[in-house]
Amino acid sequence: MRVGVITFPGTLDDRDAARAVVAGGSSAVSLWHADSDLKNVDAVILPGGFSYGDYLRCGAISRFAPVMSLVIEAAGKGMPVLGICNGFQVLCESHLLPGALTRNSDLHFLCRDQEIEIVNNTTAWTSSYKSGEKIVIPLKNGEGSFQCDDNTLAELEGEGRVIARYVGQNPNGSRNLIAGITNTRGNVVGLMPHPEHAINELTGPSAQGLGFFTSILNAMVK
Amino acid sequence: MSLDTVAIAQSTPENVQPFAELGLKPDEYARIKEILGRRPTSSELAMYSVMWSEHCSYKSSKVHIKQFGDKAPKSDALLVGIGENAGVVDVGQGYAVTFKIESHNHPSFIEPYQGAATGVGGIVRDILTMGARPIAVMDPLRFGPADAPDTRRVLPGIVAGVGGYGNCLGLPNIGGEVVFDETYIGNPLVNALCVGVMKHSDIKLAKAAGAGNLVVLYGAKTGGDGIGGVSVLASETFGSGGSTKRPSVQVGDPFVEKVLIECSLEIFAEDLVVGIQDLGGAGLSCATSELASGGSGGMKVALDKVPLRDPSLSPEEILMSESQERMCAIVEPSKIERFLEICKKWDVTVTVIGEVTDGDRLEITWNGEVIVNVPPRTVAHEGPVYNRPMAQPAYIDEVNSQKVNVPMPNSAAEIKAAVLKLAGAPNLADKSWVTAQYDKYVQGNTIQAQPDDSGMVRLDETTNLGVAISTDANANWSYLNPYQGAKLALAEAARNIATAGARPLAVTNCLNFGSPEDPGVMWQFAESVRGLADGCLEMGLPVTGGNVSFYNQTGSVAILPTPVIGVLGVIQDVRTRTPMSFTSAGLELYLLGQTQEDLAGSEWAFLHGQRVGQSPTADLAREMRLIELLLEGNAFFSAAHDLSQGGLSAGLTEMVLRHNVGAVISLSNPAVDLLSETPGRVIVAIESKKNSQLQALANKYSIEISKLGTTGGDSLTINESIIALSELREVHTSTFPRLFG
Repeated sequence: MRVGVITFPGTLDDRDAARAVVAGGSSAVSLWHADSDLKNVDAVILPGGFSYGDYLRCGAISRFAPVMSLVIEAAGKGMPVLGICNGFQVLCESHLLPGALTRNSDLHFLCRDQEIEIVNNTTAWTSSYKSGEKIVIPLKNGEGSFQCDDNTLAELEGEGRVIARYVGQNPNGSRNLIAGITNTRGNVVGLMPHPEHAINELTGPSAQGLGFFTSILNAMVK
Repeated sequence: MSLDTVAIAQSTPENVQPFAELGLKPDEYARIKEILGRRPTSSELAMYSVMWSEHCSYKSSKVHIKQFGDKAPKSDALLVGIGENAGVVDVGQGYAVTFKIESHNHPSFIEPYQGAATGVGGIVRDILTMGARPIAVMDPLRFGPADAPDTRRVLPGIVAGVGGYGNCLGLPNIGGEVVFDETYIGNPLVNALCVGVMKHSDIKLAKAAGAGNLVVLYGAKTGGDGIGGVSVLASETFGSGGSTKRPSVQVGDPFVEKVLIECSLEIFAEDLVVGIQDLGGAGLSCATSELASGGSGGMKVALDKVPLRDPSLSPEEILMSESQERMCAIVEPSKIERFLEICKKWDVTVTVIGEVTDGDRLEITWNGEVIVNVPPRTVAHEGPVYNRPMAQPAYIDEVNSQKVNVPMPNSAAEIKAAVLKLAGAPNLADKSWVTAQYDKYVQGNTIQAQPDDSGMVRLDETTNLGVAISTDANANWSYLNPYQGAKLALAEAARNIATAGARPLAVTNCLNFGSPEDPGVMWQFAESVRGLADGCLEMGLPVTGGNVSFYNQTGSVAILPTPVIGVLGVIQDVRTRTPMSFTSAGLELYLLGQTQEDLAGSEWAFLHGQRVGQSPTADLAREMRLIELLLEGNAFFSAAHDLSQGGLSAGLTEMVLRHNVGAVISLSNPAVDLLSETPGRVIVAIESKKNSQLQALANKYSIEISKLGTTGGDSLTINESIIALSELREVHTSTFPRLFG
């Protein structure tokens, strides 16, 4: 199982994502933003960071990277794609996922251990979890407030496309406490908190993020 | 303005030059003329003015800080010592670690966000320049009173700047300090520490060797920001009137720096540079003169080739600009093609601006005309040296002869009130409001971060080798006795990493003081340096580098003497570290060390408006025994936490709140036991069956121990005083949100 991890200029969590991929039982393949092929990967992760300095809008420049047109095409054919934090922002800018991530409601960057509830365990990236399972993983971003119009929100909720919600007080003003969503097909997932920073208790608050990286094996077995 | 060339300078010796406006004294100007045998050109004057500034030349501190070399203990660990961009120490397994603190105090007062952000950016480039991958940052910060209006302007901006830049670079922020005192109003201290790791063979130095090698400038284009930052800002006391000096503050772009880091590391990995220097304070003036004097001295630079953001900049401005995110490398001609390729991959602007020559002059041209022709050592290393007058200030005898006179709690209600008062005091309150704005997880190697006693990062995922770092200063003690204050800060920093099980290895420092032109301040500085040098010798820890920041004063009021000491240590297996708090009930709590009535300089005295009495005296031999005890005890301690500001009261508060597990404590003399800040004390938690093992260690290392109580419950109970954890937490965590929103 080969999982590609894309590095844009300004990507920060690429090595962490690769480590988590390996810990989850797959092999990690580095992809460069200017690459013109996906090196036969079975799935792709867009890691966190500040691609292109988050200039203009988060993810707005990265969506035009050469590798993204390949990702968009592959996603359309069902390849599992996970965007974490800045990666989620890139997926929204690429229109693979609806909505947008805006400044946190208190206008500060926020780094903390966050409890989230997995509310859809049928996607390519969440099948290792039980529905309703609560996990603690790091949340760290300045623009993590998920926003969309009322129709989109009704659609996401109605189709069960919200995959994770924040538990307790809303950390950033996201609508309906949304921490992550998926596309209609369930192969593309965007998640604001960072499961790749929670793969063991030595360097993270828990090992509960690992499920995202083991789920992908289930997706392939199917 | 017309171009001032060497030829014109020779023919117009009588031209009046604005040396005073550039921060040079008349005798310094005279010395430049003597060195050159003529008046300097305006470009040469610009270079000398920034390089001979207090900030770059250390002219007031040099005669003192040479003690760090003179008194240096013998150390096999030191691979690169003082003088390079940062010191490098051997941490075993082929790894070398480099770390350093720098100040960015003055810019951060004028423009908090950019000042702090570029402070982080500058120290990160220093670490990168040594050939290392930066792996973590820390930021000791000091502000005026927490409720002062200007603190509400300065603190949020500085915190956002440290976070904004560091987060975007992908560097975990693993610790620091936030301290408030009225002397820092108008003089906030922003000290930034960075640590980096490399293999021994990857160490790079700032030297331009080999005639014919190319001088390459890469990174951001040069703009008009930060002109004269080191001379106009960092080497003067601010008056109340006058311009805001905002244009002298640099503007940072962390994205460019992140790309510059990755690009540089790829260049280093292919061994493409002979020497390298970052452009920080004094910009190109510093980089070219230091690189040239690090080699044989000869270098030719065509200044008109420097890529500009603002094409109207004059040569003098280009030489003085402190635009961020730039590096200068010396590259062999055979390797330049590959060098350019890697820069292209990362979209980094790169330009060959000159070459190393076999002469001993630094020659800079502008469209073919020679505008600088100087011996580079006279710019970079042979600046003025002052043995400034110093005298023990009158306040010392006055405050030392007084005794602290503060109310001491006796009844259960008074004890509870005192613990809560300390728990909510700005200097001791929960700092999550600050640290939540910093990414501590990125890179996936953070083992400990604030609020732990020290920051700890893993270097190797296979062997689990790691390093721990702590920065400490107790300016109240330094005010009462600067010699002891520096030693005590050193001991505290070393203890903070030993509690986790890391062995102290090397020291860096950031010495923040008022004006060196005040003999009293100069005495405080000299005493602090003497204390730190003596302390390092006694503890066998080499000073690997540091930074001096003078002129932190407003009018005649100087900041408290604030020597911030950073100690780095090594832990062979990060998985074995001792955490700072306990997660279960039924453990026994012991105090290592004996409590004396040390209220002078304590937080309790500070809260009652008293800064009098005599500071404790550092007993470093005892501190070293305590460190050995901690390292050996690491094998069976359930938790260990250093006691410092706020004494036992603050230490217990932090421990019980960390994992929401209470404790029942019994004290024979609760007022002094809780509030005294006797140095060299640590709380440890052990399983009761380990009792005799602890006693044996205490005997072996002659450290007094006493039982404090046991863990468990949902309150912190001290004798008859019961404080619910919920109430303690509310008081501890509400201070910062209440003050800063």
